[in-house]
Amino acid sequence: MADKIVLEIPRYSPERDVKPHFEEFEVPVHKEWVVLDALNYIKDQVDGSLTYRWSCRMGICGSCGMMVDGEPKLSCATFLSSYSRNGNKLRVEPLRYFPIIRDLVTELSDFLVKLKAVKPWLIRQEEPPLSEGEFLQTPEQLEQYKQYSMCINCTLCYAACPVVGLDPVFVGPAAIALAQRYNQDSRDQGAGDRMAVLAHPEGIWGCTFVGECTRVCPKHVDPAGAIQQYKLKAALDWVKSFVTPLGRKNTDVRREAAND
Amino acid sequence: MFAVKQPTTKVLPLYQEFHPRWYRPRVSVYWWLGQWQYLKFILREISSVFVAVFVVITLLQLRALRAGPEAYARFQHWLQSPIALAINGISLFFVLFHTITWFNLAPRAMAVRFRGKRLPEILIAAPNYVVWALVSAGVTWLVLR
Repeated sequence: MADKIVLEIPRYSPERDVKPHFEEFEVPVHKEWVVLDALNYIKDQVDGSLTYRWSCRMGICGSCGMMVDGEPKLSCATFLSSYSRNGNKLRVEPLRYFPIIRDLVTELSDFLVKLKAVKPWLIRQEEPPLSEGEFLQTPEQLEQYKQYSMCINCTLCYAACPVVGLDPVFVGPAAIALAQRYNQDSRDQGAGDRMAVLAHPEGIWGCTFVGECTRVCPKHVDPAGAIQQYKLKAALDWVKSFVTPLGRKNTDVRREAAND
Repeated sequence: MFAVKQPTTKVLPLYQEFHPRWYRPRVSVYWWLGQWQYLKFILREISSVFVAVFVVITLLQLRALRAGPEAYARFQHWLQSPIALAINGISLFFVLFHTITWFNLAPRAMAVRFRGKRLPEILIAAPNYVVWALVSAGVTWLVLR
């Protein structure tokens, strides 16, 4: 028989509870079991009312993020056996800094609003005719943004970022990294459009470079790096705007013409 | 006659149908104590205060130098007091902490590309340390010659 581990899970029902209370569930530890397997075991065998999000169980959908032993983790990629020596107790909680809807399910609307605000899609100022064919990219051009494009919107970085917790209007790591994903794309011409949201006190300048977002990212996106690199770029652009005020004006005028 | 059905007066937590009442946990004032990475970050932020302390002490030393040999000797004497030694000792620790953590973070902030490939982190961090060592050696030479 396999070892056993006790999962401590906060239960919260909006109809019944004022605040969450912890419940304990004993689950077997199989070598190949991840935390999500344990949650599925509880839901199937012990308490069907346990509520949590999951879908692909292979680190792609980004929906099963939770606090496992106080760390933001994808529960489908976190092995139970790594915690079996942990006094045989493991605390699994909803992602930090998000409002809780029920048990382990968090409310993500705020993140989705911020994500949309940075316009994470290709923006063109001038659209070449179809006859010119597709946009070609060299491997070097792909390399410029590929790392940021690996983001799966799992919001682990938001749960790791104390600025997100202390300053709820901060745009946050994943949204800024995704903005950089498009800013760095050779096909994109929308960096100017994203500037207003990014180069704002609640954008990149809200970041104090704790660096935890990068550490917890399951896809090695490095949002902290993206933000610091953008800070450098924004500062250089600001200096350049003094050195070449005319050049900047011209691009602004062109952008406005394109938007009209 | 039918009595109008009265709503139940039982006190339930405020809940609106189809609009879940979210539970919003509050961030503790001591959020930075729970995790070593957060504590390290706060220490790094606090270290700037001690960088300023070093600057102030150097400025005071310059002022004493300008005020004449007697004032300078008095300042030198104060620098040897246990309080001054303690302040400088703590400041040195934090300034070293500040320098090392920032140099280690430099590769994050600078993505230097060479022939389309990003340079490895060590190549960004190392020059900072080299310059630091050279400047320190220069200052040591100036002081001890």
